[in-house]
Amino acid sequence: MNKGILLAAVLLFLSCSSDDQNGYEPTPMPLEIPQIFSENIIAPIIPNDNPQTVEGVGLGKKLFFDTILSADGSQSCASCHSPQSAFTDNFATSAGVNGIAGTRNSMPLFNLAWNYNERFTWDGKELSLERQAEEPVQNPLEMHSNWNDVIERLQTHQEYPQLFDLAFNTSTITKELTTKAIAQFERTLISANSKFDRYSLGIETLTAQELNGLDIFLREDKGDCFHCHGNPNNPLWTNNDFHNNGLDATFTDLGLGAVTGDPNDNGKFRTPSLRNLVYTAPYMHDGRFTTLDQVINHYSEGLQNSPTIDPLMKQINQGGVQLTDQEKADLKAFLLTLSDPSFVESNN
Amino acid sequence: MKRLILLAISFILFTCESENTNGGTLRNITVDFEFIHTWDGTVIDNTNLTTTTVTNENGETMSMSRLRYLLSRFQLLNSNGDIYGFNGYKFTDLSDITSYNFSTNNFIIPSGTYTLKFIWGFNEADNITGAYPDLNSASWNWPDMLGGGYHFLQLDGMYNIDTTPSPYNFHNGTARVSTNPNVFEQNFVEIEFTEDMVLSGNATIKIEMNIAELFKNPNAWDLNIYDTPLMPNYDAQKMMQQNVESVFSIDEIFQ
Ligand code: HEC
Ligand code: HEC
Repeated sequence: MNKGILLAAVLLFLSCSSDDQNGYEPTPMPLEIPQIFSENIIAPIIPNDNPQTVEGVGLGKKLFFDTILSADGSQSCASCHSPQSAFTDNFATSAGVNGIAGTRNSMPLFNLAWNYNERFTWDGKELSLERQAEEPVQNPLEMHSNWNDVIERLQTHQEYPQLFDLAFNTSTITKELTTKAIAQFERTLISANSKFDRYSLGIETLTAQELNGLDIFLREDKGDCFHCHGNPNNPLWTNNDFHNNGLDATFTDLGLGAVTGDPNDNGKFRTPSLRNLVYTAPYMHDGRFTTLDQVINHYSEGLQNSPTIDPLMKQINQGGVQLTDQEKADLKAFLLTLSDPSFVESNN
Repeated sequence: MKRLILLAISFILFTCESENTNGGTLRNITVDFEFIHTWDGTVIDNTNLTTTTVTNENGETMSMSRLRYLLSRFQLLNSNGDIYGFNGYKFTDLSDITSYNFSTNNFIIPSGTYTLKFIWGFNEADNITGAYPDLNSASWNWPDMLGGGYHFLQLDGMYNIDTTPSPYNFHNGTARVSTNPNVFEQNFVEIEFTEDMVLSGNATIKIEMNIAELFKNPNAWDLNIYDTPLMPNYDAQKMMQQNVESVFSIDEIFQ
C-alpha cells in the first residue's frame, strides 16, 4: 500500500519534473529539538553536506532495519541496536553474522547529534556518524559484508533505487549516500522525556528518595558523578569525553589509547549517557556489570588503581567513595528517573 | 624589563602620533587578548599538560590531567575615566588551543593610556544557574547545594606522584559558609592590573596565567590536607580566591 503510493508519487514526480529534472528537492525535516535541550544546551551538529530530509530519514530507517546490509542476510543494524532496548542489545558483547562475539558492548543510540566532538564508539575511533555507519557492514565480527556487494544488492533491489532518487536526487547508489541516509535516521533518535526531564520542566515531582539520590550524584563528597555524567542543566547526562573510571588495574582493551597511540590514554573509554539505563543492561564497554547495583558498588568500593585512572575517582586505596546502603539505594532511584519509556515505545 | 621597553616604545609611538595630528587627535584602534599558560615560566599547553610533572610551592610533585577556567567582564579603563567593556566571557580548556584567547570581535576603542581588569569566574549578577548553554554543554555547572552557577576553575590531577600518587580536584566556585540554612558567599575575584598600557595602534594584549601561583601566594597550598573534596570546603574556597590574585600578569603588548 505504502509502496504503491510511493511508486505513484515517484511516477508523478518524474512526469511532472521531466522538463525540470533538477527542480526536485527532498523535503527538509529539521530535527525537533526538545524544550529541555533548547533551553539548556547548544544546538546539535548536523553536517552541512547531509541535511535532514523526510526522504533521507525514511530511507535511513529502512536501511537500518534491513538485513540486506549483512553478508548472509541474517543481521541488520537493529539486531544489535534494538528499539526496545533503547537501540542497544542485552548481551555483554554482541555476536556478528558468524556467531562470533566481539569484544565490546553494543551502545544505545540516542541524542547522537549532541555528541559535539563527534567521536563515536567506546574508544572514539569513528569521527562522524556517517563514517561510523561504514564500519559494521564490513566488520567480520558484525555484518561481515563488503560494500561493493551491498551496493550491488541495493542497486538491483526493486525499491531502493527510487528511494535514493527521492532522498538524494540520484538513483545511483553509493556507500556515501547509504551511510548518509543511515546517519540522518540515527540523528532523529532523540530521548528527552524521562521522569527527570518532566521534573525539570516542572510537570512532575520526584520522591524524597530520588531527590536525595540526585544530591548524592552531585555532591563532591558523596558520589561526585556529575563531573563526567552531566547534571540537570546538561540533560545529555554525559560529557562524551574519555576517562578511565577504575575498572581494571591492567588493560586487555586499551580503549582510547589504542586509537591515539598515547599510553596516557590507555584504559580510557567514552562516558556513556545515563539515560535509559533501565533498557540498556549490561553495562560498561565490555558489558561486565549486569545490574546497576554492581555499577554503584564499583564506584563505591570496587575501584582498581592504574596509572591512567581519572583523578575524579576518589579514595582509590579504599576502592571508592564508600556509600552507605541507603545512599546506594537513593542514587539508584535517581538514576532510574533518567529512563524514558516514551523513547522505547515510540520507536517500537 | 621587556615590559618597560614595550611601554617606552608605545610611548614614543604615541608622542609621535599626537605631534603629527597636532595636539592629540585620537585614532580608532582594535584590541584583542592573547593568553599563554605557564608553570613558573615553562609554557603549558595542549601538547604537554598531561605529561608534565611539576613541583608546587609546598614541595609536592604533581601532574595535571585537566585544566579549565572562566574569565569574564574584560574592561579597559582610560585616563579620562572612560570604560570600555567587552561582551562575553572566556572559557578555556587547556586541552583545546582554540579556547585560549579572548576575542573582542574587533571592538574599536580610541587610542590612549589604559589599565585592564577582568573577573575571575562570574560576578554575582552573571553567575546564574543554567544561563549559558555553551557552559552547560561543557558540564561547567556548580551544583545548587553549593550556591549554583558555574565553576570558575577545574584543575584535576595527581600529587605525590613520586611516592604515593593521590588525586586532587582543585575546583573553585561559589563558597558555602554553612548549611541548614544554606549560606553562600561570592567567590569571584576582580583582577585589576596596575600597569598603564599605552595603546596607540591595533593592539593585542598578551596575558600570562602562571598556574603555579594557584598553589603559592599568599597560601602555600598543602595538597596533603586540601586535595579533595574542596568544593564544599569553605576555607579551601576562600584560600583559592586569595591565591588567584597573583596568577595573571600582562606579559607583552603587540601593536
Ligand atoms: C554485531 C552487532 C552490531 C551490529 C550488527 C551493528 N552494531 Fe553498531 N555497535 C555495536 C558495538 C559493539 C558498538 C561499540 C563499538 C566499539 O566501541 O568499538 C557499536 C557502536 C555503534 C555506534 C556508536 C554509538 C556512539 O554513541 O558512539 C553507532 C552509531 C552504531 N553502532 C550504529 C550502527 C549501525 C548504523 C549499524 C548498521 C549499519 C550497526 N551499528 C550495526 C554492535 C553492532
Ligand atoms: C571520571 C569520570 C566519571 C565519573 C566521575 C563517573 N563515571 Fe560513570 N562512567 C564513566 C565512564 C568513562 C564509563 C564507561 C567506562 C567503561 O566502560 O570503560 C562510565 C560508565 C558508567 C555507567 C555504565 C553505563 C553504561 O551504559 O554502560 C554507569 C551506570 C555509571 N557510569 C554511573 C556513574 C555513577 C553513578 C557515578 C558516580 C558514583 C559515576 N558514574 C561517576 C565516567 C565516569
